[in-house]
Amino acid sequence: MDKLDAALGFQREALNLRVQRQEVLAANIAHADTPNYKARDFDFSSRLSQAVEKGRQANSFSLSTTSVRHIAAQGSSMPGQELLYRVPSQSSIDGNTVEMDAERVSFADNALRYESNLTVLGAKIKTLLAAAQQ
Amino acid sequence: MPMNIFHVAGSAMAAQSQRMNVTASNMANADSVAGPDGLPYRAKQVVFQVDADARDDVGGVRVASVIEDSSPLRTVYDPKNPHANTEGYVSLPNVNVVEEMTNMISASRSYQANVEVLNTAKTLMVKTLSVGQ
Repeated sequence: MDKLDAALGFQREALNLRVQRQEVLAANIAHADTPNYKARDFDFSSRLSQAVEKGRQANSFSLSTTSVRHIAAQGSSMPGQELLYRVPSQSSIDGNTVEMDAERVSFADNALRYESNLTVLGAKIKTLLAAAQQ
Repeated sequence: MPMNIFHVAGSAMAAQSQRMNVTASNMANADSVAGPDGLPYRAKQVVFQVDADARDDVGGVRVASVIEDSSPLRTVYDPKNPHANTEGYVSLPNVNVVEEMTNMISASRSYQANVEVLNTAKTLMVKTLSVGQ
């Protein structure tokens, strides 16, 4: 991992997970009226520490080279993680476990954290740029 | 993940709007004694389903089918009505206007929630585009 990657790696993984969580929560809100839909979510902090500690794993995608002077590259991705199921505090008769108020609070919270993550990332990039231009 | 927020929220909005269309049709036809087939109108309901492959955990919303309400038709004694049977009873649609009304409010609220999700996602995307500037 080069130094730039290392400097921004944490923010990258955090943003990536925030987007994933945003998608899962959006799906929960979208399925508020779907019978037998079970609300999903994942534990953000454990997933983030896992992503930071273990890093990305090389996957089967690699760049196919047609010339010896091409630089070989290997794709990397986060291992797919299983989503957890939310435990409803009030169950509904159609088997749906989406609680709209809780989901919307989580969604707004996640959006705010995504935004603050972006702000911190932007500030970090600015700092690095300032250091590079000295 | 091969899906995104725009697809999820967009499909949910489409599904809720179809639900609202069906509700509107039910309310409009609450007193339609005879449809094209000569039989009284029957209330219809949409059935939502998760639109995703088996390996995906989350996905958009799909209207699996529009089912007909099988509850018995309302019968009213009205011998003057041309659709009355030999005993003078007319079969009226099994539309419950109160149920349809709450259904409509629920669909409209869900639609609004998805619009908000879409707006939030859009704002975040725009901010992401200008990161580091």
